Amino acid sequence: MACRSRLTPLIRRAAAPGLLRSATAANSVPCAARCISSTAARHFRGSALRRAKFTTDTYPEIKRDERFSHITAEHVAFFKGILGKESAILDGVTAEVSGDDMEPYNMDWMRKYQGHCKLVLKPGSTEEVSKILKYCNDNMLAVVPQGGNTGLVGGSVPVFDEIVINTSRMNQIRFFDDVSGVLVVDAGVVLEVADQFLAEKGYIFPLDLGAKGSCHIGGNVAANAGGLRLLRYGSLHGNVLGIEAVLPDGTIVDDLSRLRKNNTGYDLKQLFIGGEGTIGMVTAVSIHCPQRSKAMNVAFLGADSFEKIQQAFREAKIQLGEILSAFELMDSYSQNLVHTVRQNKRPLEGEYPFYCLIETSGSNSEHDAEKLGNFLEDVMSKEIIADGVLAENETQIKSLWAQREGIPECLGHWGGVYKYDLSIPLGDLYKLVDETRKRIEDAGLKGDTDDFPVVDVVGYGHMGDQNLHLNIAVRRYDKRVEEVLEPFVYEWTGKVNGSISAEHGLGIAKKNYIGYSRSETMVGLMKQIKNLYDPNGIMNPYKYI
Amino acid sequence: MSALRILVPIKRVIDYAVKPRVNKAQTGVDTAGVKHSMNPFDELSVEESVRIREKKSHPAGVDDICVVSAGPPKSDAILRTAMAMGADRGILVDVKEGEELEPLAVAKLLRAVVDREKSNLVILGKQSIDDDAAQTGQMLAGLLGWPQATQASEVKFGDEGTSVEVTKEVDGGVETVRAKLPMVITTDLRLNEPRYASLPNIMKAKKKPLVKMSLSDLGVANERRLKIVKVTEPAPRQGGGKVEDVDGLVSKLKELGAI
Repeated sequence: MACRSRLTPLIRRAAAPGLLRSATAANSVPCAARCISSTAARHFRGSALRRAKFTTDTYPEIKRDERFSHITAEHVAFFKGILGKESAILDGVTAEVSGDDMEPYNMDWMRKYQGHCKLVLKPGSTEEVSKILKYCNDNMLAVVPQGGNTGLVGGSVPVFDEIVINTSRMNQIRFFDDVSGVLVVDAGVVLEVADQFLAEKGYIFPLDLGAKGSCHIGGNVAANAGGLRLLRYGSLHGNVLGIEAVLPDGTIVDDLSRLRKNNTGYDLKQLFIGGEGTIGMVTAVSIHCPQRSKAMNVAFLGADSFEKIQQAFREAKIQLGEILSAFELMDSYSQNLVHTVRQNKRPLEGEYPFYCLIETSGSNSEHDAEKLGNFLEDVMSKEIIADGVLAENETQIKSLWAQREGIPECLGHWGGVYKYDLSIPLGDLYKLVDETRKRIEDAGLKGDTDDFPVVDVVGYGHMGDQNLHLNIAVRRYDKRVEEVLEPFVYEWTGKVNGSISAEHGLGIAKKNYIGYSRSETMVGLMKQIKNLYDPNGIMNPYKYI
Repeated sequence: MSALRILVPIKRVIDYAVKPRVNKAQTGVDTAGVKHSMNPFDELSVEESVRIREKKSHPAGVDDICVVSAGPPKSDAILRTAMAMGADRGILVDVKEGEELEPLAVAKLLRAVVDREKSNLVILGKQSIDDDAAQTGQMLAGLLGWPQATQASEVKFGDEGTSVEVTKEVDGGVETVRAKLPMVITTDLRLNEPRYASLPNIMKAKKKPLVKMSLSDLGVANERRLKIVKVTEPAPRQGGGKVEDVDGLVSKLKELGAI
């Protein structure tokens, strides 16, 4: 098949410019590196050249907690004694460490948050984590547990001089059961490594997101990451069977159950899922992995109103229930911007106010294709859907997905993006986008020329999970735009009982806005938990609640 | 000058984006449970035929676009796709799974179909991506005694629709050839960008006629002249090793005698 390899790049260039998804994995299993969008990410062109501001400059109101000790040479000597190896410690306290070496631990990938950390520890085992945390707790040293550092809300980087405890050396796959699909891994295993390991066994990791090549599973669990497979496989709260974690006092929470059912007492592991490292550090995870689907089909549809899209979603659940694996929403504004930036061929001939992408995955390609075909015929004949296309091969599957996955990248084309990641009841989901657009227009901030800061207000997201990404593409960041957006967006979301952070967490970015989604009583109860497990408050301070 | 009757032969192959695996017996490639789709070059042929009709490139217009495929019953899916893209009707020549036809047999079969359907233009992919023979178009032209233009990147009609001018990409430039109809054209990647099959057209395609035939209906036998001795994968790439730190790297390099 000499030709196949030569053909591939050519077709790809012709059919799918700016493709985001990675190449197909072995054995026809589509293994896509899809991009999820980010919240409050402020991308600039050439941002890599821009020096990030220190978090302490962005948030001058945050003061260092003076209960915490400053790190001394004596502390460092103790950690060296525990970890032994030179490579397991990055010591900027007693030695010179270049900024470039420290930066990956001190700064998030968006270059939005930067701390003043001088000490990075990379324990190789749970016991080492336990010894480190106990010592830190006894000596009032604040710490930040850190995985692949791919978070979107600044939860995994220090603010002041907190010690970073990085999971990268804890990277063993401990156990896998071919029959039940239970996988036990160290916290520092990279998501893609675990997924490739599972692919060889015919299984799939129940979580998929854009950062899969660098994020650590421990971090995914601590952040309760959502991603594109959530509609099909559910949240980590359901898939994680057990957790091994270390409390600040050094206690090892050994709850690494491999059982799907275990109704014995309080389910304490749930506190660590989405706990963002504030009550303890996750060191290992036991997770239930589903069978990898052999067949995948994708359709891209256009509809005349948001109501019609909801009907289509309803029908998709009825007719495609067991094979439906994604239902993604895109508005015409987002698709127009993608088209403007990429100058590609649009999938549909006409233009419609709303588009959706439906993906099915199952075990039998012909069967799935027939079901999807019948569904499409049905929604077309009932005039729920105005037009649509069905991908006939892998290339078309990829180029249709690129219409959805290319949105975050294309939005950044003009300079910056204000991003909100919200959970909103389905019926109201799109109203927020319309109202936000109107507010921006009324304020005279949106226009086609450089005089206006705002390019457009767009909405897209994981319709199946009631998860809206409200994005405002801008030419430059402008206080006036921020005043129109905040706290309006949060207030609006709170009013409809939505969540101000659907899948990205709180970290430092949204700490102050939790009140829009949780009552005082709820936040009070959370604080009790925090004080119970971390009475000295050394775990990931200044963030979360 | 008569209207065009275009015949477009298409083939069901393993999807180009799928990595093929050699079977255990080393006699071929595993096809069971693997995603199949239309040979990418054939998509170009279908698209070009439909465009000739839509753009009215030929003064007398296009009377008929007939797609034909020889393969297992599942090949009807690609025929339907071609009809959803705009072909008028399809012919499926039943060949059992595993009974691959060699290019000469395909060419003989196509000659019989050309005679039956009174085709005056055959547009086919320059090769199929499964066996990469790139012979069928040329053999068919030989059997029919028609002129041929291979690897087309542009097709134009001239002399009031009696001749065809085909541009082909060759090493270091382009070559333009002209011939009289009837003729055989094989397609190359830059000829066009195939369309998506839209839902209304997919629905319409279900009602378009699809005729099934056997090889014997066409008076062709599946004669095999070649025997596949062995199919193997390329030698796997030797993986690299990982070291934990600079000391590890230095000792590894010393061990290998690099420093």
